Amino acid sequence: MSGEPIPAVKLTGITKRFGDVVAVDDIGLEIADGEFFALLGPSGCGKTTTLRMIAGLEFPTEGSLKIFGNEAGTLPANKRPVNTVFQDYALFPHMTVEANVAFGLKMQRVPKNEIASRVQEAIGLVRLEGMGQRRSQQLSGGQRQRVALARALVNRPKVLLLDEPLGALDLKLRQEMQSELKALQREVGITFVFVTHDQEEALTMADRIGVMNQGELLQVGSPAEIYEHPVNRFVANFIGQTNLLDASVVSNDKVCLANGEHIPGHCDLPVGTRVAVCLRPERAEMYPPAKVPDGQRSVTGRLESVTYLGNALVYTVVLDWARLEVRRENQPGGYRPHVGEEVAVSWTDKAISVVRA
Amino acid sequence: MTVVADRPNGLEKADAATPEFEKAANRAASRRGFLLSLPAYTYLVLFFAVPLGIVMIYSFATRNRFGGTDLSGWNLDAYRKLGEPIVRDILFRSLWLAALTTLICLVVAYPFAYFIATRTPVIRNLMLVFVMIPFWTNFLVRNYAWRVLLGNDGLFTNISEALGLGERELLFTTSAVVIGLVYGFLPFMVLPLYASIERIDLSLIEASRDLYASGFQTLRRVLLPLSMPGVIAGSILVFVPSLGAYVTPEILGGAKTTLLGSYIVTQFLTARNWPVGASLSFVLMTIMLIATLVYFRTGGRNL
Amino acid sequence: MSSTVQPRGTTKIALAAHSWLVYLFFFAPILVLIVFSFSDDNNVGRWGGFTLEWYQDFVENTQLQNAVWVSIRVAVLSTVISVVLGTLAALALERFKFRGRKVFDALLYLPIIIPDVTMAVMMLLFFSEFFDLLETWFGLDWQKGLSSITISHIAFNISFVSVVVRARLAGMSEVLEEAALDLYASRWKTFRYVTFPQILPGVAAGALLALTLSLDDVVITQFSSGPGATTLPVFVFGLIRRGVTPLINATSVLMLAASVILVALSLAFQQFSGRPSLRTARQAISAKPTTNTQSKEGIPQ
Repeated sequence: MSGEPIPAVKLTGITKRFGDVVAVDDIGLEIADGEFFALLGPSGCGKTTTLRMIAGLEFPTEGSLKIFGNEAGTLPANKRPVNTVFQDYALFPHMTVEANVAFGLKMQRVPKNEIASRVQEAIGLVRLEGMGQRRSQQLSGGQRQRVALARALVNRPKVLLLDEPLGALDLKLRQEMQSELKALQREVGITFVFVTHDQEEALTMADRIGVMNQGELLQVGSPAEIYEHPVNRFVANFIGQTNLLDASVVSNDKVCLANGEHIPGHCDLPVGTRVAVCLRPERAEMYPPAKVPDGQRSVTGRLESVTYLGNALVYTVVLDWARLEVRRENQPGGYRPHVGEEVAVSWTDKAISVVRA
Repeated sequence: MTVVADRPNGLEKADAATPEFEKAANRAASRRGFLLSLPAYTYLVLFFAVPLGIVMIYSFATRNRFGGTDLSGWNLDAYRKLGEPIVRDILFRSLWLAALTTLICLVVAYPFAYFIATRTPVIRNLMLVFVMIPFWTNFLVRNYAWRVLLGNDGLFTNISEALGLGERELLFTTSAVVIGLVYGFLPFMVLPLYASIERIDLSLIEASRDLYASGFQTLRRVLLPLSMPGVIAGSILVFVPSLGAYVTPEILGGAKTTLLGSYIVTQFLTARNWPVGASLSFVLMTIMLIATLVYFRTGGRNL
Repeated sequence: MSSTVQPRGTTKIALAAHSWLVYLFFFAPILVLIVFSFSDDNNVGRWGGFTLEWYQDFVENTQLQNAVWVSIRVAVLSTVISVVLGTLAALALERFKFRGRKVFDALLYLPIIIPDVTMAVMMLLFFSEFFDLLETWFGLDWQKGLSSITISHIAFNISFVSVVVRARLAGMSEVLEEAALDLYASRWKTFRYVTFPQILPGVAAGALLALTLSLDDVVITQFSSGPGATTLPVFVFGLIRRGVTPLINATSVLMLAASVILVALSLAFQQFSGRPSLRTARQAISAKPTTNTQSKEGIPQ
């Protein structure tokens, strides 16, 4: 036995073209066994196509797709040990909840008594006891989602795929289901791969996130890595709120801001490359121009507006070469400048990261 | 929880994906589609497209002295004959009657459709079902019913006599044919009109009244323009079959009111001038095709 | 609905009255026909007391009986074949892309929009050429009759069945089929357990439409039939042209009853399928061709 564990899903050079359109462009990705993995990106970025290729509903144009070390690229969906929870659940409307859940086992010719006990087990797992005889039209959105989960999990797939699993639910239910899904995944220990366009959902639920845009996989990492060290402007912008300041590389630990000021910032790109300095609004601080603490970098601008969010305040500060947002906790006695005043926006060297433009 | 256990059957052998495999998979899917369509496709080519082609060939053929048809020496004689007064009259009469039928249907159906569309859903569905029932009943029987009503000892005539309106003989007149056609095709007008009026946001009518429009102005400036797709669709759906009608004029019309459909049939059954009959069928079909295209263009597909 | 939208006063009364008149127009002729079919008077417009004599005549008339049987055989045979072919065609068009798809689509619409008379002429010329060919090439002496009528009816019924089934398929999400595939169903099992149960109401509606159309047709049948066999409508049509008799009244009422049974069945099917019934109803109606016209699915509920 080699020390390296076999990844649950391994994509190498996966490309999908529809005519002239490249939907997924040369993706390489490893998802570990037991991981809760999120594919995140705006609509049309290729994340769903990637998921469908793993499911076998779409064949890659090129590349290798391995499931637990076995090549599966050319296997049709009904021969892959993966199951999918579809976006609108795709429950069979002419069947009861039980029949829906039993469908996969029936197709695999599992003995009848085993089907019965596994179906009950799966229905219990998603806490739908007593609902077995209902039809999908008689269920609420959240219940349908549970049925879809049970219908997939009852087959004991090696990988469970979820396509925007919470997209059809309203906000309150979505938040409930987030933690529930997470708990369920821990309980069954199966690798979950889910697709979402909601960055908050990905950050909350996933062990690791893959960010996609225009068919490319831009960055893979833990939520913290992606939030703290986005690789480029797109990722920085897509995950959370951010201020991006234009800059260029001076040396491998210094960049030059657009106003000509040199500041420390780690970056491995060649000298002269255009980059962006990423400063999260909650990491920026704000002081009267003359009172910036020592050891902090600052820029001075005019306060344009204040947005009151209840638990926080967002200040928009305009410089002649940039516009910055600063988010401050709403605490009594803090510095409360008025619109139109000159303010200094400051940060410590650790608060920023340099990303590709 | 034991859901984690491995599925007994592992993965089958498979290869990494290649463009060739993808192409082959797409080809296999397209072949399946083709094979599914093949029985109907073959059938329609054999028993529809080929017959259509034969009609076209016949329309260019010549009638010989024995009432047969010579397929050699194609010419346009049959089409030229369509310009002759007798055929032209029939063509114009058919167009006129079809137009009249359409207009009557429109005037009768519009308020009716509006009334249905403004009912509550339950009543609305009930009303529509009662539009469907006469519509699904046998077409021949429905025409025959009018023959009985309008006949010289029919109920209609008897009532008219009893009311002192004099003996009104409607049967075998143009009026009888129009009544029959309206009766036959009215539902075609009602349904698209209903569909287009139903989807109009009725608060627009309120808004119009609120802006000092009279009832008639509201109808003309708001309701009618918004339901135009339904008006066009319904008109085509009535006009087209009226133009080609055969059974109705045969049962309710007289010798003086020969229409296109009957004339074509006569060319085949009694006059034995097949080329003229074929060319007229072709002209009729062309009119229908154009109307159908207009129908699709104006969004009939969405009604 | 707010009351201001409702037409007020006289307009409202006029609209309601108008609607009742339209229904009177729809149903009065049929009711009169039914009532007078029980009238004991040779004169069809006069009430001569109740009798079942004309129905007795119908039962005893062998020509009519033969025509009834021809009609039923043609209708059932053409319905069965066109339901199979039409459903396959609908599946191919709604679920697959293949070369020649557009041509096929157009070809499939033509029988719906083509005038009855034109189609009748087509079949007449086709069979005359076809039988000539059989005789000169194979020495076969084939006559027009049951088989030629059935061939013609299938030719238009395929299209109507496929329109109705396609509408149903279009309303059914393809994701259901993907879900079945994902749950280890083979292609056949996906059809058997998911697609077919879903489109069954459409197939049933298509079959009822095909039956109705086959039992309704006069012109095309007349041009495809030979001396050997005619259907009931063609036979009755011939009788009507010679004059009105109480026997035709009775026959008409029986045909009417058959139609009503079919309508009832189709309504029952729509209820059974648990779907909003009007969509399919309207679909079927606009596809009905005494008519030669059609409208594609898409009326919002």
